[in-house]
Amino acid sequence: MRAALERIWDHDLAYRFRRSPVTIAAAVLTLVCVGAALAAPWLAPTNPFDAAALSLNDAFRPPAWTPEGSAATPLGTDDQGRDLLSTIMYGARISLGVGLAAVLFALVLGVSLGLVAGYVGGRIDAVIMRVADVQLSFPAILIALLIDGVARVALPDDRHGEIAIPVLILAIGVSGWVQYARTVRGSTLVERNKEYVQAARVIGRHPFAIMLHHVLPNVMGPVLVIGTIHIATAIITEATLSFLGVGVPPTQPSLGTLIRVGNDFLFSGEWWITVFPGIALIVLVLSVNLLGDWLRDALNPRLR
Amino acid sequence: MSTPLLEVRDLRVEFPTRRGTLVAVDGVSFAIAPGEVLGVVGESGAGKSLTGMAIIGLLEPPGRIAAGEVRLEGERIDQLPHEAMRRIRGRRIGAIFQDPLTSLNPLYTVGRQLSETILTHLEVSPREARGRALALLREVGIPAPEARIEHYPHQFSGGMRQRVVIALALCAEPRLVIADEPTTALDVSIQAQIIQLLKRLAREHGTAVMLITHDMGVIAETADRVAVMYAGRLAEIGPVREVIHAPRHPYTVGLMGSIPKIGAGAGKRRARLAQIEGAMPRLTAIPPGCAFNPRCPRRMERCLRERPELLAAGANRAACWLHG
Amino acid sequence: MLAFILRRLAQAVLVMLAVGLIAFSLFRFVGDPVVFMLGQDATPEDRARVTRMLGLDAPFYVQYARFVGNALQGEFGLSLRQVQPVSRLIVERLPATLELSLCAALLALVAGVSMGVYTALKRDSWLSQALLALSLVGVTLPTFLVGILLILVFAVLLGWLPAFGRGDTVQLGWWSTGLLTASGLKALILPSITLGLFQIALIQRLVRSEMLEVLRTDYIKFARARGLSDRAVHFGHALKNTLVPVITITGLQLGAVIAFAIITETVFQWPGMGLLFIQAVTFTDVPVMAAYLCLIALFFVVINLVVDLLYYAVDPRLRIERGAAAH
Repeated sequence: MRAALERIWDHDLAYRFRRSPVTIAAAVLTLVCVGAALAAPWLAPTNPFDAAALSLNDAFRPPAWTPEGSAATPLGTDDQGRDLLSTIMYGARISLGVGLAAVLFALVLGVSLGLVAGYVGGRIDAVIMRVADVQLSFPAILIALLIDGVARVALPDDRHGEIAIPVLILAIGVSGWVQYARTVRGSTLVERNKEYVQAARVIGRHPFAIMLHHVLPNVMGPVLVIGTIHIATAIITEATLSFLGVGVPPTQPSLGTLIRVGNDFLFSGEWWITVFPGIALIVLVLSVNLLGDWLRDALNPRLR
Repeated sequence: MSTPLLEVRDLRVEFPTRRGTLVAVDGVSFAIAPGEVLGVVGESGAGKSLTGMAIIGLLEPPGRIAAGEVRLEGERIDQLPHEAMRRIRGRRIGAIFQDPLTSLNPLYTVGRQLSETILTHLEVSPREARGRALALLREVGIPAPEARIEHYPHQFSGGMRQRVVIALALCAEPRLVIADEPTTALDVSIQAQIIQLLKRLAREHGTAVMLITHDMGVIAETADRVAVMYAGRLAEIGPVREVIHAPRHPYTVGLMGSIPKIGAGAGKRRARLAQIEGAMPRLTAIPPGCAFNPRCPRRMERCLRERPELLAAGANRAACWLHG
Repeated sequence: MLAFILRRLAQAVLVMLAVGLIAFSLFRFVGDPVVFMLGQDATPEDRARVTRMLGLDAPFYVQYARFVGNALQGEFGLSLRQVQPVSRLIVERLPATLELSLCAALLALVAGVSMGVYTALKRDSWLSQALLALSLVGVTLPTFLVGILLILVFAVLLGWLPAFGRGDTVQLGWWSTGLLTASGLKALILPSITLGLFQIALIQRLVRSEMLEVLRTDYIKFARARGLSDRAVHFGHALKNTLVPVITITGLQLGAVIAFAIITETVFQWPGMGLLFIQAVTFTDVPVMAAYLCLIALFFVVINLVVDLLYYAVDPRLRIERGAAAH
């Protein structure tokens, strides 16, 4: 056990990690954000979704360090009297959750399609790549908007609330599968001609088994890098959609929703409702981005 | 020789890295006379190209000239400011690189690239520059130059491209051309043509050539003198006939022995290709004393301790204690 | 060359038809198409007339063909929310979006290229490090946050620039422009920066990395070896080779700019097509959604085509004429 830990510590990646203070800071920040978000139900001072506990008298209270603030609500309250800190933590939880789920969806979808396209080739490959090309010429956010909009239109209003988050995950996921598919397809095309794959085919293993057990582990490297970068993009996309009003339902506000709400009150002076969720979002996205950048550089053989 | 055109004394090129300083060229000295062709041979990594780049001032950072002198027609050029060195390049010292495809900018016509270089160095009108460009193309053997001058590099074949590159290197009439592996990327049949062209042009223009290559055949054809480099140092230097037929440094001996000769060994006794045991040391692991000593069949105790300077050895000079 | 153009045109038409199919499905099957055409308060006679006109019992492909025919004439029915012809709404809003998008794209190109060239040539200066950090911020921050931040600083705190709307516009035929009035120009500033920031950062990083790659090539080395001036090497050779891929990528990004205008217009309440689309989605105003979809698809397809042609025009290696093979 100790030997294994030592090996990890001395590994090239860990070495580079230790050497870069920016990355360490980013990792710590990410851990803090993620931890706070995940543990929101237990860590948050109040439960912002408990309608009974809310009182409009508490609304628009500024942060604790101002004269009208109170320590019970360190970052102030929003327009409905909810403690901002708690709401931000819950909101971050939703943002992270949706982001991660969407990336997972996109990854699974993209990797599968890429594997099939690269391994099987022929017509299937051509079709998949055509669709990918066409989809690539449109920006992801537009596609996400479209899917979300169509679902919104197609489904009756009352079912909206429950369906909203899965639809959102689907939308963001579908808008992002292409990058995985392309990379995996490229790698698969290369691996397909290698001897270990030929050997497996000669033995008579089923193509699915070959793809899953043999090819997949060898093409996952770049996928992980894409994934880490994609998380940040997915979080931003979710925040944007929520800000535009077509993301998460208002009963489960994410950071984007909070910013939207606060936007209406910028001019009347209640700046904290927008600024704090905004800062939280920036910190979250920045640290994930930095981690992804560092991972990309560390795994890039050309820069060594 | 009377005032040499180029004089290199104790040139030392270093690369500072995180793990210490690498010495890629270590105390190399030689001279080139006006109009002479000096061949520089050695294995990959021996420091030949770096020497050429150092002379023309194109070492890529962090590489730098750490010690020594480079003199062109008597004046020092290794410590010139950027702008002064730029004026020397092309005008007084030219260079040709290995791959003609990547040496030319794909977005400009050949004529444009020629005219630009001519106009940079010579005080002529654009029309005159174009006339010169045409003449140059004709001189390097490009057929139908009036049409070809408007063509892009990708429209030429490999051999023709290298001719264009040669034209570009010579268009400002430099006194010295550093040719770094000019034929390595070409087909064997084209190689001979290019070598002939270089020889002829050098003779006609009185241009000296520093011909860097690992191909001894090219050297034998073209050079007047040859310098053999090993692990960043000069092993032997002398007239080409002497170095090839009567090498004085054990490394050169090994080098000549490992060149296959057609028809060597008549009848039943066919000569075997001689091999030098081992490999050239990496820059980080150069042994003390003579760099060749681990592989040398004639090594003595002194070779392990003291690094030999270039010593007179017949018509050549060799860095070997055999001649000490 | 001609074959290439024809092939791309055919592709473009196919994409448009596919998008048209989606839009048509929206129009026909999600909600009531008769209401879409006539509005909520229509007489039974009108409804009967339109039902016949739309041929709602005709086979699918016939209806689709009619939809396409209508679309080509700009007929998308009436907006559910505003009870106006969709085509009129679009014509009203189009200039606002196009002006904003073009402004942002131009800003992004100029700023991005110059910053990219600077950070490539002067790699170690503090300004380069600062600009690189700034571009990281530009790539990281979501567009709407940038807009809100700018509003906070320049409109709320400093009060220099307006936070909403387009200012005063001048009507030139069917085009309304904000470029000819002082308030219109002032109103353009913050939204353009917001919309363009992501592009600036993207272009800067792209130009920088491309230029660094180009500066390492043999032909740059050879150009230096020929004694060409720094200016000739950096700008005449390196920059030109850098810009070839950059301009084409930027052209493709123009489409993204038009799409991202949705966000910017929402933040600044800019009366353009993006805001119209978002309002349509929120109110499930299907005719507007369908129309926006088709229009955006048209933009993208046209832009892609133009960029492909541009690539052809700029890079001589692609113009392989028959018979003039290398010799």
